[in-house]
Amino acid sequence: MRVRADRDVCIGSGLCALRLPEMFDQSDDDGTVVLLRRDPDPDQEAAVLDVVEACPSGALQLDR
Amino acid sequence: MQRDDPFTLPPALAELADRSPIGRAKLPDGEPFWLVTGYEEARAALSDPRFSADRFRYHPRFRNLPKELGEQLRGDKARAGSFINMDPPEHTRYRKLLTGQFTVRRIRELATRIEQIVTGRLDAMLAGGNSADLVSEFAVPVPSLMICELLGVRYADREEFQQRAAALLQTNVSVDEAVKNVEAQRAFMQRLVTDKRKNPTDDIISGLVHQAGADPALTDDELVGIANLLLFAGLETTASSLGLGMFVLLQRPEQLAVLREEPARVGDAVEELLRYLTVVSTGLFRFAKEDLEFGGEHIPAGSTVVISLLAANRDERHWPEPEALDVTRVRSSHLAFGHGVHQCLGQQLARIEMTVGYTELLRRLPNVRLAVPPEDVPLRNDMITYGVHALPITWDAS
Repeated sequence: MRVRADRDVCIGSGLCALRLPEMFDQSDDDGTVVLLRRDPDPDQEAAVLDVVEACPSGALQLDR
Repeated sequence: MQRDDPFTLPPALAELADRSPIGRAKLPDGEPFWLVTGYEEARAALSDPRFSADRFRYHPRFRNLPKELGEQLRGDKARAGSFINMDPPEHTRYRKLLTGQFTVRRIRELATRIEQIVTGRLDAMLAGGNSADLVSEFAVPVPSLMICELLGVRYADREEFQQRAAALLQTNVSVDEAVKNVEAQRAFMQRLVTDKRKNPTDDIISGLVHQAGADPALTDDELVGIANLLLFAGLETTASSLGLGMFVLLQRPEQLAVLREEPARVGDAVEELLRYLTVVSTGLFRFAKEDLEFGGEHIPAGSTVVISLLAANRDERHWPEPEALDVTRVRSSHLAFGHGVHQCLGQQLARIEMTVGYTELLRRLPNVRLAVPPEDVPLRNDMITYGVHALPITWDAS
């Protein structure tokens, strides 16, 4: 599993950074997503799926 | 819509939701619209770029106004900076100037201030005896003071700000008085903007004027519009959530017991209360920009679509036992903050205000309980934001 993030689409809700701070952060300038890691550990995959599902703007995508 | 019980769906809404996740209905004036009540359908509608959020352009209430009044109400001054009513790319510009101020990290940095404000209100309530109205003494002042902090309102002006904000929430005033209150509020914000241009401090308005790098620079009307939007969006919603949240918790001793025994569960409890209460109860208005097919319905250009967040957050096809308040529910993505590009900008602030607010209320007020029978608590029926007008509470004197 690999995560992609589109910062042009992101609206900075912060849901990803709130729920999975090991993988997601937010830019101090415009609040958009900063990917800390692209490849989640196997035990993080379920949480990543939840976060991608929750993303309000569709800025997060999964490659599998 | 009238509700028989503050914690169940209005019967008319429940009936429409039972029939279909998307259905046709009529506004009180007879104007037809589509009502979205399903969880998946609500998410789809709120993230579909074929729908516009521009009520100034499409809302039947504005479309049918006499020309002069219509132009006054949707003129440049009224619209400036009000990005909740804008579509991308116009919306994107304002949103991105502000999102850096509302990140998870930035809001956590404010947690100490939130704790100080909450503690200050509780100290005042405890000093006043062993009973209080939770709404006027806690649920309204906490978010109001927090907005003062964010906007950088001077300490000398905070009393006036608090009074003006409380006046805006009053419902028993004439239209003339309401208009006067809104105009006085605009004038207050204009003075604030003028002050921040000359004397910047560490606050959102100063940041927008001096640091955000807005190009072109934001005008006074835009800054006043943004400041008012933050006030309207952040005050009534948070105040209602604090008041209504305590109202329900005080009637569910088994839920309260979970929180008293395991205070660390408060984060999940806040998410469940957001879902269960969904205080933005009248739904979000969207408008079809073109003729379109959506959820098996043909929706002509210009039509109104109302997305009921309340019904979506109780959709039994998505939630197990949606009518139950369960603070131990496995965290899931509720729609209380909306969805799509307009999802609540201040949601991280709201979460912390509720988390600190409920935690400290339960910790500091021994054996807190309702001071009146629940049926005597006045409800905000037929308001955009649902809640309680007042919540008389009492606690054991120490």
